[in-house]
Order: sequence, then structure tokens, then C-alpha cells
Amino acid sequence: MLGALIIVFREVIEAGLIVGIVLAVTQGLPGSRLVIAAGVLAGIVGASLVAAFAGAIGEALAGIGQEVFNASILLIAVVMLTWHNVWMASHGRELAADVKRVGEAVRAGSRSIFALGIVCAVAVMREGSEVALFMYGLVAAGGSTMTELLIGSLLGLAAGVGVTALTYLGLAAIPQRRLFAVTTALISLLAAGLAAQAVLFLQQAGVLTMLSQTAWNTSAILSDTSLFGRVLHTLIGYSDQPSMLQVVVYAATLAVIVVLTKTVGSRRAPAVKARRAAAG
Amino acid sequence: MKTAQRFSILAAVLALGLGAQSFGASAQEATKLSLTLKDHKFSPAEPTAPAGKPVVIELENQDKTPAEFESKALRVEKIVPGGGKITVQVRALPAGRYRFFDDYHESTTEGFLVTQ
Repeated sequence: MLGALIIVFREVIEAGLIVGIVLAVTQGLPGSRLVIAAGVLAGIVGASLVAAFAGAIGEALAGIGQEVFNASILLIAVVMLTWHNVWMASHGRELAADVKRVGEAVRAGSRSIFALGIVCAVAVMREGSEVALFMYGLVAAGGSTMTELLIGSLLGLAAGVGVTALTYLGLAAIPQRRLFAVTTALISLLAAGLAAQAVLFLQQAGVLTMLSQTAWNTSAILSDTSLFGRVLHTLIGYSDQPSMLQVVVYAATLAVIVVLTKTVGSRRAPAVKARRAAAG
Repeated sequence: MKTAQRFSILAAVLALGLGAQSFGASAQEATKLSLTLKDHKFSPAEPTAPAGKPVVIELENQDKTPAEFESKALRVEKIVPGGGKITVQVRALPAGRYRFFDDYHESTTEGFLVTQ
């Protein structure tokens, strides 16, 4: 039972951490709880579908369907997270301060919340499909230990949800004026980590073959299969044996996010401030 | 605007550099390996392959339950449904012993790819 609990828990916390961060980032924004819940639900439905069609997906695209699918949804999440950060750079401070512009902010903000809802759906679908298949395997194998193993799985699921709550509560405790900077940084690192994961799948599929040599091996210092290593893996994209390409893509994603938030984000901010002053 | 322009140029140069690198690398013949998973055991449990050449592993899952074929060292993570077959590409590796396992039964189902 403990084995099943651990296997399920390990998968669920990867999605749980992301959902927890998203919940903290959107706290106080109208409608966000509903959108996030809808995203998680969509992710669960998606995970069941992916598990049910695992065979067909795996055989698609001459055998690399699974990798391409995983990489695609991860890249969608990266785009959504980047978009959110860029939007927050131009509107975030304004949202926090200006109650008068609530109408415009809510409209624009709801698009950003929707983007984060998609991120939750992607995270839950990615990990959820592995949990769904694992639990299906338990049922298919049957046997005397099936009930025990299923209970262990559900406990693992509950523990994973607990991690989401802890993450949210931990982040929500950060004072309001600091929260924006912390969550912007967390989202940027999250996006870079997911981009590196997407690269891993594309390298596995043989779609990307360059820079496949191992950049470093820190598995003796901190293995990314340990609990703390996994948490770091999800939060900041830590990998104990990344390929050179993963490192390059990680750095490039961070660079792109920083550049986009500084150029597109700050270019819009003065215009928004001017409108505020005029309406003032 | 200037920063964005500078960054775009840098990105383009990087992309060209990466592209050139992959063209330069010789298209090597990959070694094909066939593995089966039955009763939660890999067979062969210690397949061998020449070092320095990419490897293509074909895994047939003869169990009714799904498995997750995973290896940190080989950088592989792929689900194989019960009765299904998957193919994974492994980059050229130096001589060594690389562990792979079924993530759903890690303690009992493992094997080693030995390259020499």
C-alpha cells in the first residue's frame, strides 16, 4: 500500500505545486477560483482520455505520438505562463492599486486567469494520465492486494492535494507588496522548467538530436528523484543530469520572458498610467 | 526596442549555430534492441549495445497491465499500455551500465543497458 501511495503522491505533487502557485497568484481576483477549479476538472477529464487512448497516442506519428503530445501541451503551458507574466507587467501594479479601473482590469484579467486555468489543466492532465494508467493497471492486475493498493493510491492523491494547499497557504502568507515579485519569479522559473521538460520529450522522440551530451551530473548532491529534488524540479526546473539542449532552452526561455516583460510589458504600462491620469 | 532587437539577433545566431551543429553531426546507424516485459520482468535484463552509437529500443509489453518505461541515465520516460509496443530513441552513450525500470513497479522491475 505504501508503494502505491508513494507512486501516486510523486506524480500528483508535480501538478499540485503548479496549481498551488496559480491559486496564490490569482488570489483576490474575481472568478479565479471557479476558473482554476474548471481547469483542474478539465485536466482530470483530459487525463482519463489520455489514459484511455494511451495506445493510440503512443502509436501516432510513427511511434513518437506520446512524446510529441507531452511536449506540445507543456509548450502550451509555457506560452500561457509567459503571456500571464507579460500581462501582469503592464497591468499588475495597476490592478493592485486602482479600484476605479476594475472594469477594464477584470476584463483583461479574466483572460490572464483563463490562461492560468489552461496551465492547471495541462499540469493535471500530464501527471493525471500517469496516475490514471497506474490505477487502471492495479485494477487490471486484480488479485488480493488490489483494494489495499487502490486505497494507497487514493491516500497518495489526498497527500498530493495537501501539498497544493500547503503551497497556496505558504505563498498567501507573503505580504501583498512582495507577492507580485515572488510570483512573477516563480512563474518565470516554472515556465523555463516546463520548456526544458518539453525538450526532454522531443529529444526522446528523436525530433531534436543536437546538444544531447549531459551538461552536468549532480545526482550525488541532490537527486531529482528524491522528494526535495522533485519539488525543486517542478518549481525551478532542477534536473540532476540535464542535456546541454535542456540547459540552453531553459536559459533562453527565461531570457525571452525577461525581455518580453521589459519591452512589451513596460511599453504598455506608461499608456495605461496616462489614461489613469487623464481619467483621474 | 533596442534590447529586443539585440536579443532577436542573438537568438537568430544561436539558432543558426545549433542548426549547423546538428547538420555537422554524422548521421550514425542506430543499434536496434528488442526488449520484452513479461510478468514484470524485462527480457533480456541486461541488453548490450556498442558504445558511442545511438540506440533504438523496442519494448513489447506482454503483460496485461500498463507500465512506464523509465530511465534517468538514458533520459527516457514513456508509457507502454498492456499488450502494447513502444519505441524509444537513446542518444549515443559512453561505455557503462545504465539502469532502466518500470516506474509503476520500480523495486521489482529493472534492467541495465550495458554499452561497451
